[in-house]
Amino acid sequence: MTLTIDDITGPELVTLDLTTADRWAAIDQLADLLAADGRLVDRDAFVAAVRQREETGATGMEMGIAIPHGKSAGVTRPSVAFGRAPGGVDFGAGDGTPADLVFLIAAPEGESDLHITLLSRLARKLIHDEFRDALRKAVTPADVIDIIRKEVTL
Amino acid sequence: MKIVAVTSCPTGIAHTYMAAEALEKAAKAAGHDIVVETQGSAGSEAASTDDIRAADVLILAADAAVRDPERFAHLPRVQVRVAEAINKAAEVIVLAEEAARTAPAPVTAPAGALAAAGGSGQGGDAGPGTSTKGGAVRRWLMTGVSYMIPFVAAGGILIALAFAIGGAVEVTQVSVYDQFSVGALLFEIGATAFSMLVPILAGFIAYAMADRPGIAPGVVGGLLANAIGAGFLGGIAAGLLAGAIILGLKRIAVPAGFRGIMPVLVYPLLGTLAVGALMILVIGEPIAAATNALTGALQNMQGANAILLGVLLGLMMAFDMGGPVNKVAYTFGLAALEAGQFAPMGAVMAAGMTPPLGLALATVLARRRYTAQEHEAGKAAWLMGASFITEGAIPFAAADPLRVIPAIMAGSAVAGGLSMAFNATLQAPHGGIFVVGLVGNWPLYLVAIAVGTVVTALLVNTLKSFGRPTAEVVNDIPEPVHA
Repeated sequence: MTLTIDDITGPELVTLDLTTADRWAAIDQLADLLAADGRLVDRDAFVAAVRQREETGATGMEMGIAIPHGKSAGVTRPSVAFGRAPGGVDFGAGDGTPADLVFLIAAPEGESDLHITLLSRLARKLIHDEFRDALRKAVTPADVIDIIRKEVTL
Repeated sequence: MKIVAVTSCPTGIAHTYMAAEALEKAAKAAGHDIVVETQGSAGSEAASTDDIRAADVLILAADAAVRDPERFAHLPRVQVRVAEAINKAAEVIVLAEEAARTAPAPVTAPAGALAAAGGSGQGGDAGPGTSTKGGAVRRWLMTGVSYMIPFVAAGGILIALAFAIGGAVEVTQVSVYDQFSVGALLFEIGATAFSMLVPILAGFIAYAMADRPGIAPGVVGGLLANAIGAGFLGGIAAGLLAGAIILGLKRIAVPAGFRGIMPVLVYPLLGTLAVGALMILVIGEPIAAATNALTGALQNMQGANAILLGVLLGLMMAFDMGGPVNKVAYTFGLAALEAGQFAPMGAVMAAGMTPPLGLALATVLARRRYTAQEHEAGKAAWLMGASFITEGAIPFAAADPLRVIPAIMAGSAVAGGLSMAFNATLQAPHGGIFVVGLVGNWPLYLVAIAVGTVVTALLVNTLKSFGRPTAEVVNDIPEPVHA
């Protein structure tokens, strides 16, 4: 079987107008997308894991991205939801830069597999300016998925 | 240099891999080999014993315990937090270079050492770099240019508006402080913004090289470049000097107790003193001497072939745009004007208009050769070129001097020569398109400007097609053509 990005995300897990500036609200909104798509059996347990990770160290980076994430039995399969926040969300980056690109990563407990590898490839891509610029310019959720599909492969 | 790195974070899903990617990217940019062991959830690809044996230095970017640390016990090391490796990878690589060079025994930099050693670099458009590759110089110049462009745009457009509203000659002659007019007000504000071009360029070239401690020496060096009339090339020199001096100072080991005051007090103090002294004592004198020599040489051209004079004025106008060579040409035109010869001023203005116009045209003709920022600068350059504000070309020239300066010199030479050939006369010292009504033989004068603009654009795009733009030898800019 060939595993692609479509197994871990999709247009229905993308929102281009996160309006909140609060990281907990942003996490809640993105978790709602995952839950609505049937990827969480226990939404609250997952959000608690994300919060716990967030407390141990902020996930916002200076390049305007944040990758809140949690590993929890409340997750059915490895997934990522993406939110673009035109106004920025404070994810505690070292220099205070608010994140306008927010990826919420959900991983199930237990053995790692190729899905996690794919997620790690996505994280690597975010280091590159061109990739972030492309995400910032995307017009529709489908565009976002196209960009990720093109750039992130096993 | 060969680097082995370990990245690790609590969950091991995201930041472990971002840090690995950031370190790989920065190490490659600095010309090093790197092997990163990601101790995350997606499986750990362990560094091989061969890699570890061959390595010169270890980077630990870990917020979680590192597995099997004894494998690396023999290596000098740099230890940072994961976020530091992601946000400031280039600085971490510099620390690793330092550790490899100075410490045969393991040295652990405390977490947060980066902040103490140099402040945090924000913006992410260019990290500090000590790469010996030409790409580093271009990155430093681009950083300086990117901070300068807003000043060019704001100042240039305000000055152009001042010309349009208040008259190009009037606003330069009556100070807003003496007699209020909207034109004079706009001109004063615009001119003040322009006075910051060179200091900002120099300050942020130094910032790109040496982080925050570079800003003060760079800005002061740039102000002195203004004061000694060294123009933007003097500013580039000041910025590179300031950055190099601070990087040198940072290499001197200091006791831990002093580290806090180094970046805020000691580095800026010593760096500013050194750069300032060099600018005044070493660079200022030769520029004054060269200015006098050039002025004398131009005087001797009086009465020589008019077209040749126009070509020469064109070359000089475009060479350093507001620098000493440009000033000599402009002053010559002014003196001729006052003596009742109106053609040289016409040539001077045409040659001063084509650099921004030509570069604006170039960004339209070859969109992909220019950054988004340069496209914006190009739009403003249309207005500035039309207004005889040659500085509109500086962002392009400062970012890639070896390709841009020859091209704009050629275009200006054509414009200046044609203007003289058409005997286009100008009885105003400034104004661009706003004084075209005062130009004798103005239809052909516009032809001269148009031809110069097209020559500039085609030539700069042709030069940019040769190799990657790596302004590696900044001090190798062609000498001005002496008479």
